[in-house]
Amino acid sequence: MAKTVSEGGGPEQPGRRRVLGFLVGSGVMASFVSFVYPILSFVLPPESGELDADTVAAKANELAANSAKIFRMGNRPGILVRMADGNYKAFSAVCTHLNCTVQYRQREHDIWCACHNGVYNLQGGVVSGPPPKPLEEFAVHARGQDIVVTRESRT
Amino acid sequence: MPPFLMLREWWEERFGTELFSFLWHKQVPRHKHTIWYYLGGMTLFLFFVQIVTGILLLLYYRPTPGEAFESVQFIMTKVRFGWLIRGLHAWAANLLIFTAVLHMFSTFFLKAYRAPRELTWMSGCVSLFLFLAFGFSGYLLPWNELAFFATKVGTEMAAAVPFIGDWLLTFLRGGEEVTGATLTRFFGFHVALLPGITLLFLAIHLGLIQRQGISVPPGMDRAMHVLSYLRKHDPDAAEMWLQAAGTEPPREMRFFPNFFLRELIAWYVSLGVLATLAAFDPWELGVKADAFAPTPAGIRPEWYFLAVFQSLKLLPAKLLWIEGEQFGLLVFSAASLAWLLVPFLDRNPEGRSGRILKVVGAAVLVYLAGMTAWGWLGEEELAKLRFELYWTARALITVALTLLGLWLLIRFLQRRRGQP
Repeated sequence: MAKTVSEGGGPEQPGRRRVLGFLVGSGVMASFVSFVYPILSFVLPPESGELDADTVAAKANELAANSAKIFRMGNRPGILVRMADGNYKAFSAVCTHLNCTVQYRQREHDIWCACHNGVYNLQGGVVSGPPPKPLEEFAVHARGQDIVVTRESRT
Repeated sequence: MPPFLMLREWWEERFGTELFSFLWHKQVPRHKHTIWYYLGGMTLFLFFVQIVTGILLLLYYRPTPGEAFESVQFIMTKVRFGWLIRGLHAWAANLLIFTAVLHMFSTFFLKAYRAPRELTWMSGCVSLFLFLAFGFSGYLLPWNELAFFATKVGTEMAAAVPFIGDWLLTFLRGGEEVTGATLTRFFGFHVALLPGITLLFLAIHLGLIQRQGISVPPGMDRAMHVLSYLRKHDPDAAEMWLQAAGTEPPREMRFFPNFFLRELIAWYVSLGVLATLAAFDPWELGVKADAFAPTPAGIRPEWYFLAVFQSLKLLPAKLLWIEGEQFGLLVFSAASLAWLLVPFLDRNPEGRSGRILKVVGAAVLVYLAGMTAWGWLGEEELAKLRFELYWTARALITVALTLLGLWLLIRFLQRRRGQP
């Protein structure tokens, strides 16, 4: 047995070398993972914390019937529409097609995206054009003189 | 085929054999001072760490007085591993300057600057000055109280420069005071101007080292020349020469893979030290800068400026016919220039001038280390230390004298008893 080891390493030598190579190699690989993981985690920004709080979109008498305004909802725009009958509706103003900001068309009584001619009705549904999904609708409440828009307690 | 050979084949099919045959034949001298060769590589590695972590910090940092502090706070508290990336950047900056200074002094004492490597020395010195500028400009970027006042004091020194002082001050601050304009400027210096210039000087530095090979201590290079000449022309004579000289043959190791793998280990060790420091001693952020708040007590610069800071503190307000601060800056500028020109001042590295410069270098090292320690400890700590040293020394001397007295007494008594 001793002879086989001494002859140019013998049969054990390559095996031992392979085990050592494996241990060193996997150690180095593991350490590389430990370098790369923090970097990959770092480059993705933390969630900004979606604002689910109430947002004051407008004052009670600010909007005439058959008009609308864009307001800030967290980091994104929302659209508050006062319909011809005086009731309010609120939607996300981000077009579901390619993220353009939509606008209200008084003559057509609809919501229109200028980028690719997407048209939504006043329930948020797609009427025509490329948008794949309806606009997200928000709940609207009157609180004193404020028109408040909420995301979570949608009705 | 092993992956490395496949890579080599792929490369050589496209770009020729020069690169790999260069790497393959490159040799690194091996002697008792070889260990110092790793410091340059470690400095370079830490510089890479700075580039990577700096780019990462740029993803979130905002260089305006209204947002700088908050964005760093955001990095430290909200971004995943943000505290680690910032800690690595801050710690690597300090380690980088530390290893660069060690590298400089090791090449100084090994006399690696001697001909034909004058430009390697000079480009290295300039790179170190640039690293200091990196440190100074980067210090302000978190826009905290300490950084704000340290920058105020630091830039104020520029005003002491004769003739162009005022211009320099305005240039550095982007106005008369340290304001948001200064922050924008320092940000520009730190992420664009300085990296560009530093990369240029490092390229020169590394290019020269590749071109001329690594320096060996004086005496050894002559032996290597003689030996390589003899080995080429008369191998027997080479052996005889070695025996006659009574020295070990100068040894070498292959750059690739022998030296390269050792270098990699040195890099791993640096990274280990760096990561440990960053993880266990995260860099503080402090309080947001307020231009109208009084300067807090105990304000002092980073450790690598402490020697200059402490020296300037010791100077009187007026020295000869010029202001103390101006005098200090003049001396430091002259000393820096002389240090840069060391290869030309040392006309005979193995003779008299070499010995004188060795002593001067040691004095400079002791002076800088002493002043840094003094500045670091501060007056109070130092007084405490002096007090403790004094009493320890006194106690030790008392004990020693008592023991000596006892010994003499015993000897005296023994002698008397021994007398007939």
